[in-house]
Amino acid sequence: MATMTLLKAINNALDQQLKNDKSVVLYGEDAGFEGGVFRVTAGLQKTHGKDRVFDTPISEAGIIGTAIGMASNGMRPVTEIQFSGFMFPGFNQMAVHMARMRNRSRGKYNLPIVVRMPYGGGVRALEHHSESLETLFAHIPGLKLVIPSTPYDAKGLMTAAIKDNDPVIYFEPKKIYRAFKQEVPEEEYEVEIGKARTVQEGSDITVVSWGAMLHETMKAIKEIGDDISVELIDLRTIAPMDSDAVVESVKKTGRLLVVHEAVKTLGIGSELISRVNEGAFFHLEAQPTRLTSPDITVPLPKGERHHIVDAPRIKQEIEKVAYFE
Amino acid sequence: MLFDQYDPLKGEMFTVLDKDGKVVNKDYEPSIDDETLVHMYKTMQLARIADIKALQYQRQGRMLTFAPVQGQEASQVGPMAATEQKDWLVPAFREAAAMLYKGATLYQNYLYWYGNELGSQYDEGVNIMPVNVPIGSQINHAAGVAHAAKIKGTDEVAITYIGDGGTSNGEFHEGVNWGGVYDLPMVTIIQNNQYAISTPRSQATRAKTLAQKAHAYGIPGIQVDGNDALAMYAATSEAVKRARNGEGPTLIEAVTYRMGPHTTSDDPTIYRSEEEVNEWREKDPLTRFYKYLANRKLWNKEKDDALQEELKKFVADTFKQVENAPHPTLDEVFDYTYETLPKDLKRQKEAIRAYQEQQESGGDE
Repeated sequence: MATMTLLKAINNALDQQLKNDKSVVLYGEDAGFEGGVFRVTAGLQKTHGKDRVFDTPISEAGIIGTAIGMASNGMRPVTEIQFSGFMFPGFNQMAVHMARMRNRSRGKYNLPIVVRMPYGGGVRALEHHSESLETLFAHIPGLKLVIPSTPYDAKGLMTAAIKDNDPVIYFEPKKIYRAFKQEVPEEEYEVEIGKARTVQEGSDITVVSWGAMLHETMKAIKEIGDDISVELIDLRTIAPMDSDAVVESVKKTGRLLVVHEAVKTLGIGSELISRVNEGAFFHLEAQPTRLTSPDITVPLPKGERHHIVDAPRIKQEIEKVAYFE
Repeated sequence: MLFDQYDPLKGEMFTVLDKDGKVVNKDYEPSIDDETLVHMYKTMQLARIADIKALQYQRQGRMLTFAPVQGQEASQVGPMAATEQKDWLVPAFREAAAMLYKGATLYQNYLYWYGNELGSQYDEGVNIMPVNVPIGSQINHAAGVAHAAKIKGTDEVAITYIGDGGTSNGEFHEGVNWGGVYDLPMVTIIQNNQYAISTPRSQATRAKTLAQKAHAYGIPGIQVDGNDALAMYAATSEAVKRARNGEGPTLIEAVTYRMGPHTTSDDPTIYRSEEEVNEWREKDPLTRFYKYLANRKLWNKEKDDALQEELKKFVADTFKQVENAPHPTLDEVFDYTYETLPKDLKRQKEAIRAYQEQQESGGDE
């Protein structure tokens, strides 16, 4: 065991898979020589060589498009989009090809590709550097999307994503890249894609969150103390969604709050609430509720506090749903 | 070297055959064995007859929308004849002739346009990527295929196609540039068939030729008579050799003409004149190649009549097979979404199955 930050855990998983599997390659803008703007891939080019870990032109369609060609020809590319807000030129390739190639070719070509991208706000960044765009990916059949919230999951999900024979979008919560450390096994292990994690068990209310927002939610729960027994679920995989875990939990608690950083309309909260309605309707004791960012453009840093959901507000919302009669 | 001899900026176009099939460029007449020459011709004829028949079937309501290839057979069969089995074809959507030469069956080609994904499941060892509909995006796939070949140290080459209209798309730039940056074994063939649906080539770019765009990427570019199968073979052959030797990518502009509509939903008489079409009919790639083979005593009218009869029957039989092929099942349309179907997707599938079974058993339960 070693203690690692979330960032270091991703680096460790990448290093291990590059070492274990010669078909793994890693590339993106500034991802090679300097190790990425956040240094997630630091040292990997030096260890694994310029052929397998390299810098690319500023070319998001090229990064994703070439990964499709590489994977069709036997490689397992791990690509980096520098910030999720810049993924749009590559989104065409992800939506129209990456998600569909297995189906289109009836299994002749499958695409074991990982697309890494830092996402989320609260870091006083420039425009286009703070978005939470998970809905856009979850809406496309054929893609998987994971978001770790701990170093342990970060390594395990990355390892699973690289070994997966389908394309996996891997969102990195940049706000908590270096926020805390956790014991992480040095040997290889996988965290199953498509499986939520129950962070703590409880009987009064089910709260679901993921990524950096999970930690705000944990702060709120800590504030609440013993007054309300909260069952907290880290969704971890957005697609394919482990809604069964949430439905089963709500059957027990009768109450649901989803907390996410992404904007409200058609956010993942909408989908979870629909599924809870379908699967646990007769168990509900309060209206299933979501607490999200508002449907506005992420403001520049001086106005960002209006956009972000924080722990005190989460606490208030948990109390509202838990005490609803 | 061939690519130094023809400067697209000076309007120099590479040709080997004139319209009567006479060799006018002896230095660059490729040496191709007789059997291959005949096979090239037969494939061009197969593509042509399959195309004409499919258009009839479509007008009869038996075939769905498809993109006819007629007129562009030489710019497809010539290059494919210059590749090896291990090389890759990364097509756009009008490359039926190239696909046939590279190892797709007519049954597969027809099945795809008939509306069944199984048509894109090419045989083991046939390195063709599926038909690519979103304009320009295939160039990056080809760069990736070539990049993998380079990293693995195999000597496969990726050949990709794009239209004149596709060169206006950003993905063309990103893909060709990528090939140049990493010196990849990649050949990009622009089939300049003069129109992007109805928009003429002159509205796509201010550039005089499309081949000259190669200069901006630091790679060789050449404009070739795309209705001349031998010139297309020679240029591709040279490009493939460079690629295999690690000398990087090449851009080839094949100047050709789409004799038919963009797709069967298009009416080209709206935007181009009969006179223009007739001018290009004079340069028909099959006629020229036929004459070349006849001059070399490899082909004659008798053989040609027999071939046409044989191909017409083969095409009709194949289309019947396609019409009789089973339609995709419920399992088939779900099960290739992921390697393993997620739980909720299984439930969605079973809900549809239950509904369908109910309907089939009378629907009144």
